Amino acid sequence: MDLIKPFRDPARVDKLLEMIHREATGSYRFMEVCGGHTAAVHKYGIKELFPGNISLISGPGCPVCVSSGSFIDHAIALSRRTDTITASFGDLLRVPGGSKKTLYEAKSRGADIRIVYSINEALNIAKRNRQKRILFPAIGFETTAPGNAAGILEAERNEIRNFLMLSAQKIMPPAMKAVAEGETNINGFVCPGHVSAITGSGIYRFLVDEHGTGCVIAGFEPVDILSSVLMLLRQVNNQRPDVEIQYRRAVKPEGNVLAKNIMNKVFGLSDEWWRGFGIIPGSGLQLKPEYEKFDARRVFPGYTFTEQENEGCICGSILRGLNTPADCPLYVSECTPDHPVGACMVSSEGACNVYYCTGKRVYSE
Amino acid sequence: MPDIDSHIQLGHGSGGEMMQTLLEELFLPWFGQPFPGGMADSAILPVTKLLPAFTTDSYVIDPIIFPGGNIGTLAVCGTVNDLAVTGAKPKYISAGFIIEEGFPTAVLREIIKSMAEEAGKAGVKIITGDTKVVEKGKVDKIFINTTGIGYLEEKHFHIHRGSNAVAGDIIITNGYIGDHSIAVLSAREEFDFASPAISDCSSLAGMIGNVLAQTDGVRWMRDITRGGLATVICDLVDSKDFGAKLMEEDIPVRESVETACDMLGYDPLYLANEGKVLMVVDRNEADKVLQIMKQDPTGKDAAVIGELTGSNHGEALLYTGIGGGSRLLHPLPGEQLPRIC
Repeated sequence: MDLIKPFRDPARVDKLLEMIHREATGSYRFMEVCGGHTAAVHKYGIKELFPGNISLISGPGCPVCVSSGSFIDHAIALSRRTDTITASFGDLLRVPGGSKKTLYEAKSRGADIRIVYSINEALNIAKRNRQKRILFPAIGFETTAPGNAAGILEAERNEIRNFLMLSAQKIMPPAMKAVAEGETNINGFVCPGHVSAITGSGIYRFLVDEHGTGCVIAGFEPVDILSSVLMLLRQVNNQRPDVEIQYRRAVKPEGNVLAKNIMNKVFGLSDEWWRGFGIIPGSGLQLKPEYEKFDARRVFPGYTFTEQENEGCICGSILRGLNTPADCPLYVSECTPDHPVGACMVSSEGACNVYYCTGKRVYSE
Repeated sequence: MPDIDSHIQLGHGSGGEMMQTLLEELFLPWFGQPFPGGMADSAILPVTKLLPAFTTDSYVIDPIIFPGGNIGTLAVCGTVNDLAVTGAKPKYISAGFIIEEGFPTAVLREIIKSMAEEAGKAGVKIITGDTKVVEKGKVDKIFINTTGIGYLEEKHFHIHRGSNAVAGDIIITNGYIGDHSIAVLSAREEFDFASPAISDCSSLAGMIGNVLAQTDGVRWMRDITRGGLATVICDLVDSKDFGAKLMEEDIPVRESVETACDMLGYDPLYLANEGKVLMVVDRNEADKVLQIMKQDPTGKDAAVIGELTGSNHGEALLYTGIGGGSRLLHPLPGEQLPRIC
C-alpha cells in the first residue's frame, strides 16, 4: 500500500474541497490540536482553500511550545556541569528558559550538548562515555513516551548507570479538557494522529460525553486533513458529535497495547505545568519510584514550577486557541525563528514558527 | 628520505624534512608540479583579456567521509561551482590544509587523491597550497580551505548579479535536491539509520560551460548550497520588481529523501546540495538549456521548476499542487534543527 501518494492526490483534494464548501452552511471553529497538523495545514496551503466560515485554530499539541521555562533552566544548569553530556532533541535547544537563556547558548559557552533523534542515541552516548553522566531532557506526548520508557528499561537491563532523564513529558487529554472548558468555543477537535496510534480513540470520549464536542483522529496528509474537517462538519451539522477515526491506516480503536503497557510500567501520572494553562493535574509523566535512579529531578532536586512568561509574549493564549500569531505585538517585530521570544516561534511545529515560515507577510498585514 | 609515518605528526607541518616527505609522498604525486621549474613561494598566473573571478571557501564538514564523497571532493567542487555559477571558467585552485595531529595518513592520501580527481574532471589545476599540523583537539580532524580563480567573458558579467532577469524567465535546476544533506546526516555516528541517499557532490563547470557556449539565454545562476533551494530563490527575488512561482510537484526530490525529511522534521527545500545549480533563463531558450543540461551526467535529471512572475514582487511562492494552495517561501532562519516527533 502506498502510504503517501493517494493522500496527496490533487483530484481527491479537489473533490473533498468541493464537498467541504457544500457542507459548510454554518459557522465553525475547529482546533487542530497537534503541531504536526498545524505544520501540514500551512505547508500545503490548505487554510486558504477553506470557505471563510471555517476557522482552523492551532492548539497545545507542540511539546516544545508547552514546556516550561523552568524546565529549560533546569536542563541548562545541569548541562553546564563538566561531568555531564546533555543529549537533547534539536528543537529544544533554541527554547528560551525563564532566564531567557537557551541550551544553544550554553552549548556555545562550552557545555557538551549533543543533538539526538531518540533516546537510543542518547543511550549509545552513555555507553561510549561511561565516565560522564548523560542527561536526556525528555519532552513529548504519548507518541514519544513509550520509546522513552523502552529506553529506561534498556538502561535498567544493560546497567547503564550514567543515564539520567529529566522528564517534562505530558499526556494530551487533560489539556484538551482545559481547552474544552475554556473560552475558545471549539465545536470540533482534529485529534492528534500519532498520539492516538498509541492511546487508541477512547481517550477522547469524555469530550463528546461531557462537552458535546466532536473529535476526528486525523492523519497528516492533505487528503487526511480535508477528510477529517469534512467529518467534523457533518457531525456539527447533524448535531451528532462523536469520536471518529479518519487515520485508519495507523490508528486502531484500542491503540497500541504493548506501547501503552511499557509506558505505564515506567511512568506514572504527575501534575505538570503547561504554557498557557499553568499546572494541569495529572497531565505529566514522571518516572515511577522503582526507576528513580534514572530520574534527574530526584538526583538533582530544585525543579520548580514558578513561571514567568517573557513580557508581551502571547504564546499562552495562542496555545489555548484564543489568539493567532498575528495578534502578538512581538510577532515578526521582535520574535523571529532566529531570535525567538516565545516557545511557539521555536519548533517547526509551533504555530508562530509555522506562520512565520510559510507566510509571514500575508498574516502580519 | 624516510617513509611517511602512518599518522600525521606536528613535524609534518614544520617546514622541515618531515614536511618535505609529506609533500613528495602525498601531495605532489597527485597534484603534480603546477608549472615547469619546480616549486616557488607563489604561483605566477598568465594574464588574459578575460575578467578574472576569484572566490574562497573553507570546508569543515563532519563526518569527513560520507556516501558519495569526502571533504576533499567537497573542497574542490564547492569552489569550482562558486566560480562556474558566475559564468566563469574555473582554472586554478589553491588548497590550504589544517590537520589535527594523529590524523591517519592513509585517509589524508584518500582525500588528496579525491581532490586531484575532481580537479581533473573540472579542468582546474591545484597550483599552490599550504599544510599546517596542530595539536590534538585544536581542530576536528582536518579543515581545508580552497581559493579559486576563473575567467569569464565580458558578455557574461551580468549573470552573477542577475541584472538581466525579468518576469517570464524560466527557473531550472539540474536534478534531485537534498541528497547531500541527508547523506552527510546519515553518516554521522549518532544517527542509527542507513543512508537513504548519496551526496550529489560534483563539479558543475562542464555542464554550465556547455550551456554558456551554446546559448546566451542564461540570466542568473547560483549554486544551491547552504540554505537550500528556498533560500536561494528568496535571495534572487529580494527587493526586485518581480516575484517567483515554483511548482512543488516539479521540483525533483527523491522519495527516500522526502521520507527522511518527513521523519526528521526537515524541509527538502532548505537542505544543502553540493552539485546543484539554480538557473534563470530566457523563456525562449529554456528548452534548449534543458536539453544541453540533460546531456551532461550532472544534469540528466534537470527540470523546469517554475518561473519569474510580474506579480507578488519580492516574494517567492510555492504552489503545493494541493487544490491550488500555495505558501510563501522564506529564507532559512539559522539552521534547521531536527524536531522531537
